[in-house]
Formats: sequence, structure tokens, C-alpha cells
Amino acid sequence: MARLQELAERRTALTGGHRLCPGCGEPIVVRQVLMSTDDPVIAASCTGCLEVSTTIFPYTAWAIPWIHIAFENAAATIAGIEAMYKALKTKAAKGEPLPDYIDPDANYKFVAFAGDGGTYDIGIQSLSGAVERGHQFLYVCLNNEAYMNTGIQRSSATPMGSHTTTSPAGSVLPGKTMHRKDLTAIIAAHDIPYAAQSIPGRWRDLTTKAAKALEIDGPTFINVLTPCPLGWRCEPAITPEISQLAVDTCMWPLYEVEYGEWKLNYTPKEKKPLDEYLEPQGRFRHLFRDEKGADVRKRMQEFVDYKWEQLRARCGEE
Amino acid sequence: MPQVEPMEGNQAVAEAMRQINPDVVAAYPITPSTEVVQTFAQFVADGEVDTNFVAVESEHSAMSACTSAAAAGGRVMNATSSAGLALMWEILYITASLRMPVILTVVNRALSGNINIHCDHSDTMGARDAGWIQIYAENVQESYDNLIQAVAIGEQADVRLPVMSCLDGFLVSHSYELLQVEDDDAVKDFVGPYVPRYPLLDVENPLTMGPLDLYDFYFEHKRDQWAAYEPAKQAVIEVGQRFGETFGRSYGLFEKYQLDDAEVAIVALGSMAGTAKDAVESLRAEGVKAGLLKLRLFRPFPAEELAEALAGLKAVAVCDRAASFGAQAGPLYAEITSALYTAGVSVPTVNYIYGLGGRQIAPDEIISIYRDLEQVAAEGQPDQPLQFIGVRAFSKEEHADMYAF
Ligand SMILES: Cc1ncc(C[n+]2csc(CCOP(=O)(O)OP(=O)(O)O)c2C)c(N)n1
Ligand code: SF4
Ligand SMILES: [Mg+2]
Repeated sequence: MARLQELAERRTALTGGHRLCPGCGEPIVVRQVLMSTDDPVIAASCTGCLEVSTTIFPYTAWAIPWIHIAFENAAATIAGIEAMYKALKTKAAKGEPLPDYIDPDANYKFVAFAGDGGTYDIGIQSLSGAVERGHQFLYVCLNNEAYMNTGIQRSSATPMGSHTTTSPAGSVLPGKTMHRKDLTAIIAAHDIPYAAQSIPGRWRDLTTKAAKALEIDGPTFINVLTPCPLGWRCEPAITPEISQLAVDTCMWPLYEVEYGEWKLNYTPKEKKPLDEYLEPQGRFRHLFRDEKGADVRKRMQEFVDYKWEQLRARCGEE
Repeated sequence: MPQVEPMEGNQAVAEAMRQINPDVVAAYPITPSTEVVQTFAQFVADGEVDTNFVAVESEHSAMSACTSAAAAGGRVMNATSSAGLALMWEILYITASLRMPVILTVVNRALSGNINIHCDHSDTMGARDAGWIQIYAENVQESYDNLIQAVAIGEQADVRLPVMSCLDGFLVSHSYELLQVEDDDAVKDFVGPYVPRYPLLDVENPLTMGPLDLYDFYFEHKRDQWAAYEPAKQAVIEVGQRFGETFGRSYGLFEKYQLDDAEVAIVALGSMAGTAKDAVESLRAEGVKAGLLKLRLFRPFPAEELAEALAGLKAVAVCDRAASFGAQAGPLYAEITSALYTAGVSVPTVNYIYGLGGRQIAPDEIISIYRDLEQVAAEGQPDQPLQFIGVRAFSKEEHADMYAF
């Protein structure tokens, strides 16, 4: 495993000068993932904050080959590139010349970066199809729990109680009224070689997982809780800390599923109350005003407890 | 040795794909193009091609993966129909805008609702503004020949555009004809090796593709794209000629059948042209100066050439096998009349909507169109520029009867 110093000296695949917000978790995640390997990487993104903020023509922040086609197809897009790479390699193995711009000795890597909207909702079909077919790629979900690019609309990754512009808190409704879906478990249920959850606030966890995933010749998936100061309405400076709080409250446990083996990567010494994670975030502020809000927070805590115990059981931690 | 074999349209398409041996095929089944995908999958299973066949979970993913595979740097093919093409719609524009020469066979089929699996051209007509080249075949041989030419046209350096090679669902896709199958090597030579331009797999020269492109540059990019369609038209002509020199069957933008001395003529796309040729023959035997213009290239639309070919006629019927709801006429008619007007050619024209959802058009009906045209020619203009042919008009009582079960 690479040390921090080594990682810092590796190539910068995503350069500065992009227009993501101050404190945005997305470029932090992208950089950590891409510094986890020395192999050539081709990246694909779907429509979303990362895409619109890093590639405003005629500029680009990408120092590696990168493509965007549309919103709901990051997985199909990366699959097409991988399919072409494999096709050219197979032909070369049969004696046809490999194009001279492809290094015959290198192991090309294929990474998709997609938002939670592009992954949990509109892109789930494309993702499910691509992992079932077994393409070799790492799919990183930049999960900021809402459609941020279009102005903070709810997604199926949005937690209960969250205020978004399509699940607004009002005099009757307390923000989103449903729990989020467990996409990591859904993808793990495809029996793929590797699925995991991580956060940008623990670089060692994320880079280790990315490095591991990128060594696998098959579909791999990392769901990264990626703070969005604008949509979460929290201080840009606390991006790493707020993601750590999600882990310490067990709202976003760090775990991995490797060839069907579930493993907890981190158990907080003391499981913090969910309120500690909710309080710094404006998207939950309305829940701290009255009894109704307190009731929603209670249900949220119960859900976190239930999912945490379910995960511990899956990981054999009873 | 080239061989003559009985084949269905779909098999002929799959056979051409086998000979072309593309690098990636990402496809999804839908009637009536399913057999293309199935037959090709069998070629893959039997090791007859080197293609990486990706059996995607939807047409949206099919066209997404085809586009990115082409961007990676290689030859890509696919086949679909109707709802499948409709599901690709968003991506079709992107494939063309990224200038990826993906080759898509479209076996034409009506769009839903109600659901109908049979032929009309509403699917490809709906995609006519997406930036793809569109070539239509009359029969099985043309379906095979057009697909081979499509590769050479789309991949030409000054074109670099995706191509839809269209054939009529069931009428051609499931009809047996004697097909002249050319030698594998001759077909491979004709299409040549794939020449990548700016491949994404070139990691030494990293490229950002599909960026955010706002009002300061988007318009120029669209204008640049516009410039590709004149070379595309030239490429269709040149490749069609080269095909003739190589295989003995030449192609152009359209086929003129008994047109040069004709007084009344039909313009049609696809398999209807075959039936119309018979009608022309029987009318000619009676002394009627009937002719046919079978359009092959619909996109880019050869407006000037068509206006020139139709100038001097006394009346023209444009046959549309597509519904274009709310428009004043069918899409082919709208294009043809616009071409005539722009060229200052004044010919009385009538639009016939026919064959929706696979309704057959009979030789008698085509003859009746020519008879109408003679009337129009005599009077100088039609009393009804939009006509439906082959459709029944039910009375109130008949309607009531139909639902009385
Ligand atoms: C087919 C389609 N529907 C809707 C949109 C509009 N749209 C663009 S990005 C986006 C939301 C992106 O959210 P997410 O995937 O979570 O990424 P984020 O911006 O939050 O990083 C939406 C709804 C689109 N581009 N395409
Ligand atoms: S809105 Fe959120 S996700 Fe988008 S750039 Fe800003 S901080 Fe990042
Ligand atoms: Mg999001």
C-alpha cells in the first residue's frame, strides 16, 4: 500500500482550475481514486456537477482521456471503451497489429465517475447490465445524496428528513419522507468481485479500496459518500470531518464485499448519536425545530441502527 | 468465388457484418431486426468473427456503448428497429456530434401506439434530424450492398458520420431473395482497415470528449458539423460508383426508373419502389408515360439533384410511409416540395400516405396513383394535396359493429 507521500507525488489526473465549489467532495474523491494506480486510466463520467465543472469548453481539467456521453449511461459508456480495448487486444493476440498508440505491456484501467442521480436512479439499469456482463471497470459513485447539478433535487440516495428542492420541508412535510435505498448491497447482490463504501475523509481507506478494485479483472464498485457543502448546507471547510461523522454515527459504514465476503473496515469506538451528524447540516435544520422533527430524527436513528445491525450480521460481527 | 444464395434480408445483413468483421457490436433484440443480432451472435459463438459482441441490457446502452467504443478507436456496428431506435434517440445526436462512424442497420417498423411490429418508416423519419446519414434499400441485395458501402461512406476522413442502413421490416427483412454474396476478402478490401481519429485509448495524447459546450462555442461546433454533409453526399456517390466498379452493381443518390421521358412520376423509398416498377411497366405498355424516382439517400437530402431530376414532369406523387402528426404533409413530401421550390421548379405534387403499420400497397393502388396524376397533370394542380391510400373509411355503423362483441 502506498504511503501518503508517494500518493502525493503521483500524477495529477484531475488538475486545478476546475469550477467545482470550494469544499466540494467530488474532486477529492476523483484524485484519491486516480492516484491509487500507476497504470494508464481512461475515465468516463455522466452528466452532473463533476462533468459540467471540469470540462467547460475550450478548457479541461482532465489530464487523462475522459469522455461524457449522457446522464444515464456512465456504465454503458465505460463498458464500450473496455469492449473496444479488449477487442483490439484479442485481435492482436491472433496476430493482427495492435494500434501503435496502445502500449502492449501496460494494463489499461477503466473508471466511471457518476453521481448518485446517475447511479441510484436513472443509471441503475445501465450499471446493473454492465456489472452483470462482467466488464473490467471500476465504477465510483460520487454520492452527495441529491441531484446537485440541477439545483439539489432529491434522489433515491437522499436520506429521510432531508430538505431538497423536490422534497422540501414545509408546514406539513418534513423534507423527504422515505428512506434511501441500499445501492451498495444491490450491486453486491450481482455477485461481482468487489463492492465497497468509502468516504473522502479517510484517504487510506479510499485509496486502498480503489487500488484493490483496479487490480481486479472484472466489475468493481465503490460508493463514496461525497459531501456537497452547497446542497448539504454545511461549511466548505468541514468536508472531511462531516464524512467522518457519517462513519462514526454508522450512517455510512465503511465496508467491502470481496468475492461475496462481507467485511467491516471500521467500527467506531463509540457509536455517536445521529444528531451529531445531522446538526451541522442545513438540509436537516428543520428537524431540530419541533416535536415532529424530533420524531423524524428518531425514525432516522432507528433506521441507522437497523441497517448497522444488519451489516454487522452480514459481516459476521455479532 | 462470389456465390448466389437464397437469403432473407436479415441474414444478408448479418452476412455482410460477418464479412466486415467489426471490432465491437453492442446490440439488443427487437422485432423485426432480432435475427440480425441472433445470427451475428452465432457467428461470434462459432468463431467466425473476431468481434467483441456486447449483449447489452437496452438500446439506450447499446448506442451509448457503440458510441464510446467508436471513440475508443475501432469499427462498431449495431442493428435495431422502431422502439429500439426511439430509445436510442438521445444518444443518436451525440454519436453524430462526436463524429463517430457507427454503422446501424435499421429494420424499419412502426412506432407504438398501438403496438405494431410491421413496416413503416416512422422510426427512422423520427430520427432524421439527428445527424446520421440515412440510406434506404429496396430489396435484400441492396440491404447487403448498402451496409458494405455504409462503412466506407461513414468512415471517410472528411465525413466521419454515423450511418443508418435501412430496410423494410418483414417486407425485406423476412423475404427470401437470391443474394449475390461477394467474396469475404473482396468485401474486406472494399471497406479497408479502420483508421482511427483521435482515439480515446491514446493515453499519451489525452482527450476530453463530450465536454460542456455553451453559447460561446456550441453554435460554431454545430456549424462545423453542418459542413460534413456535403462531403457525405459526395462520398455516397463515389462509394456507390466504386462499388459498381468492384462488384458490378452501381449506386447513386437515387435510382431513376423510366424517368427521363416520363410525364407523371412517383417518388418513393424502400420496398414500395419494387412494386412501383411493375406498375410503371404495365402503364408503359398502355402508352402512359409513367416513371419512378426511387430515393436511396434521405440524409443528407440531395435537394438540388432531386429538383433537377423532377423538373419537367407534369405531376409528381410523393409517397410517405410515415406519420408526421400535425405537419402539413409527410416528411418526404415536405422535403421534396421544399427542394422544388428552392430550385424554382414548378411541378404539381401530391402526397400519398401509405402502408402504415405494415399495410400492404397493391400494384392496383399504385396504378391508381398514376391515374390520379394524369388528372392532376391535365388540371395543373391537385384538389387534395394530401391523400391516404389503402386505408379504409368506416361508417358510424361499421364502427359500432366492430366494437359490438
Ligand atoms: C436524460 C436526462 N434527464 C435529466 C437530465 C438533467 N440532469 C443533469 S445532471 C442531473 C442531476 C445529476 O445528479 P447526480 O447524478 O446526483 O450528480 P451531481 O450533480 O449531484 O454530482 C440531472 C437531473 C439530463 N441531463 N438528462
Ligand atoms: S453543488 Fe455540490 S457537488 Fe456540485 S460542485 Fe458544488 S459542492 Fe460540488
Ligand atoms: Mg448527486
